[in-house]
Amino acid sequence: MKTKLSGVSEQANVRSSGRYAGTKTVTADPKGVDSGPHFMDGDHAIAEGALAAGCRFFAGYPITPSTEAAERFAERAPEVGALFIQMEDELASIAALIGAAWGGQKCMTVTCGPGFSLMTENLGLACMTETPMVIANVQRGGPSTGLPTLTAQQDMMQARYGPHGDNAIIALCPDSPQECFDLTVEAFNLSEFYRVPVIILTDETVGHMHEKVVIPPADQIQVVPRNNYSGPKEDCRPYKFDSQGGHPMVRAGDGYNFHITGLTHNEKGYPVMTADQNKIVVTHLMEKINGNADMIIRLDEDQIDGAEVVVVSYGITSRIAVKAIQDARKEGIKVGSLRMITIWPFCEKRIREISSKVKAIVVPEINYGQMVLEVERNAGGRCKVISVNHCGGAVHDPEVILDAIRKAIQ
Amino acid sequence: MSTDIKSFKAGSPMSDVLRMERMPHIWCPGCGIGSEVNSFAEAVKRSGIDPKKLVVVSGIGCTGRVAGYVNFDSIHTTHGRAIPVATGVKLANPDLTVVVFSGEGDLTGIGGNHLIHAARRNMDLVVICNNNFTYGMTGGQVTPTTPNSAIASTTPYGNYEYPFSLPFLVDAAGATYIARWTSMHSRNVTQSIEEALLRKGFSFIEVISPCTTLYLRRNRLGDGVDMLQHYQENSILKHGCDTRETAIDYQGKIVVGKFVDKNKPTYLEGVDKCCVKLVGDDYQLYGKTIPEREAEEKAEKERIAARRAAMAATEAQGEEAVPAKPRKALAAKVKKAPAKAPKKAAAAPKAAKKAAVKPVKKTAAKAPAKKVAAKAVKKAAPKAVKKAAPKATVKTKAMAKAAPKKTRK
Repeated sequence: MKTKLSGVSEQANVRSSGRYAGTKTVTADPKGVDSGPHFMDGDHAIAEGALAAGCRFFAGYPITPSTEAAERFAERAPEVGALFIQMEDELASIAALIGAAWGGQKCMTVTCGPGFSLMTENLGLACMTETPMVIANVQRGGPSTGLPTLTAQQDMMQARYGPHGDNAIIALCPDSPQECFDLTVEAFNLSEFYRVPVIILTDETVGHMHEKVVIPPADQIQVVPRNNYSGPKEDCRPYKFDSQGGHPMVRAGDGYNFHITGLTHNEKGYPVMTADQNKIVVTHLMEKINGNADMIIRLDEDQIDGAEVVVVSYGITSRIAVKAIQDARKEGIKVGSLRMITIWPFCEKRIREISSKVKAIVVPEINYGQMVLEVERNAGGRCKVISVNHCGGAVHDPEVILDAIRKAIQ
Repeated sequence: MSTDIKSFKAGSPMSDVLRMERMPHIWCPGCGIGSEVNSFAEAVKRSGIDPKKLVVVSGIGCTGRVAGYVNFDSIHTTHGRAIPVATGVKLANPDLTVVVFSGEGDLTGIGGNHLIHAARRNMDLVVICNNNFTYGMTGGQVTPTTPNSAIASTTPYGNYEYPFSLPFLVDAAGATYIARWTSMHSRNVTQSIEEALLRKGFSFIEVISPCTTLYLRRNRLGDGVDMLQHYQENSILKHGCDTRETAIDYQGKIVVGKFVDKNKPTYLEGVDKCCVKLVGDDYQLYGKTIPEREAEEKAEKERIAARRAAMAATEAQGEEAVPAKPRKALAAKVKKAPAKAPKKAAAAPKAAKKAAVKPVKKTAAKAPAKKVAAKAVKKAAPKAVKKAAPKATVKTKAMAKAAPKKTRK
């Protein structure tokens, strides 16, 4: 936790009580917390984070480079009292999560691009039915089968816009195994509070990178517990279209006879297929996330005040960028760094602020240029936006990012 | 039957198990889904299971809408994904009884992979498959069960594919309870669903049903009643039938009955067995040890038995109050059944009457159907009680011998 790269944990612990307004956090169930220092890869850290956060149901399907997380969970499940099931495909994996979530369990799955493509079907259903779940996408190079064992950050837009129809999700980008642990706990907390699928958008490099991971004692991990409705039956509503989080789930078997559907529905969950109702539902789904972006978004900033150039990065690329930034500073260039820990919802406000103060924003990412589009949109022409793209299969050479920084001030 | 919605809603004997505020439903006149839901509701009532602990999951399509009309926890999922969602529900809370109610296009077309894998795992689910040989909601396209040569909107010159025989499919995949009926066999459907609700493991109940608006119209097969008559004339009751012999040809014979009923450890029992070996007696799933869960299960079983006994007693009382002669005669006959389950046996004719075929029109279907169904109920009733116990054995061979070979006339 003291490592330079993971100040997040401490921050998370300090802030967690205030982040989920109206919902009391509790300390983690010690049964799932394997406290102490470990040497593990990002995939394993995701599984440990899930167990620490109280996840007790995991449905998955093997796919490189995410499989290790499923294996870790499967290995740990019996001693923790959790259940792991390998489903027949990714379609079934995420479908099982929807069932398990309404059955009362915190649940997760892991996958990468090809599996995520299959999952987008029921990711849409999970968004529509406001079902909490965590999906880790350990990205590999694409398109299609692409580069199964090599890294990429090419699913950034898919995570946000994969399912058809308008919906919003939350996505987090860890840059280290330690952050994989921390952010998985956070992902569960956000997911439970906002009742939305939360995606951990990591990559093969972080997933397969072994580093020191310190799992704190259970009493130092704050988790948002599942909030199940317990009031009178006649007032039971699975949904509340108020553009806010914190609405309780209804658990199967509690006698409320809930109904949920992927059809446009009213607060009782019954289908109401009209334009008016769809406006109510879609507005709620979008604003629940976008309207609370300030509460959700976490950024890691460094020397942005007075900077001429700001490097906006995320995930593994941000660690490569550190080298370029340091070298640029040695050359006397005033460079700031903005690392997006929360990638969706996008930090629009902050980019707008920064764009009016700097000459240029440099956006390195291991794709042909995805998040740079968001940066450009929000910079709105107020500064130069330079994309440093990479087609996947490896991380950037820091020199390439440094060159971009140099060009930016010319 | 839905000319006066208000009085229908108030007077329905199913008003406690159906979401009456959602009525009228979307199904066409003559469609078989309504009577299947009726059978299902009746079976839930008769089974004695706690309705609070029942979850119904549907996919997409006409039958997919069932989840929206039953007054239990219900989930209407995406196309084909009802079984994996149901798997998630069951595994998240093993106390729940989870029923998947969907159509053949949903379950065996887009969801075919999930169907065979749930059967392979012997996942503790009851799958009720309405098989009407057509994708009704989208306008009558060919499905994986449409008989060869039948006309559908996407096979306008006749279907040149070969259909699945669903009992054979799920048998090969590992299902431990397989029954097939037509929507004419309301009481048998009820009986099978009741049995399935009370047993462990993967139960598959196929109900052949008419799609009047599309399949029947396109193939010029008349209306719903004509189809019921066809079912009545062409159904061959064959309990314990080898599932390889259950294929359905276009307008051909339909083998019905209970084909498979066997015991095999369920998925969750397998998990328990493996984990207890690994962790020892301390092994817990979701914070409960195996003995704790077993005690809860036993208590629930006792509550179910008590509810069933109470229901049987009430029905027996009602029986005595009714002086009608033929029924008494039948009751007297049934009373010869093993002393073990006399109440249940006495209740059978009454229950059979309650679940009578929906009177779409009071024509052909009724009389012979009654005869057949009564026979089947008579045969199966005492067994159902046994089936509730976990150690029930395969009785299908004996049943096959005892059962009449053909049901018609």
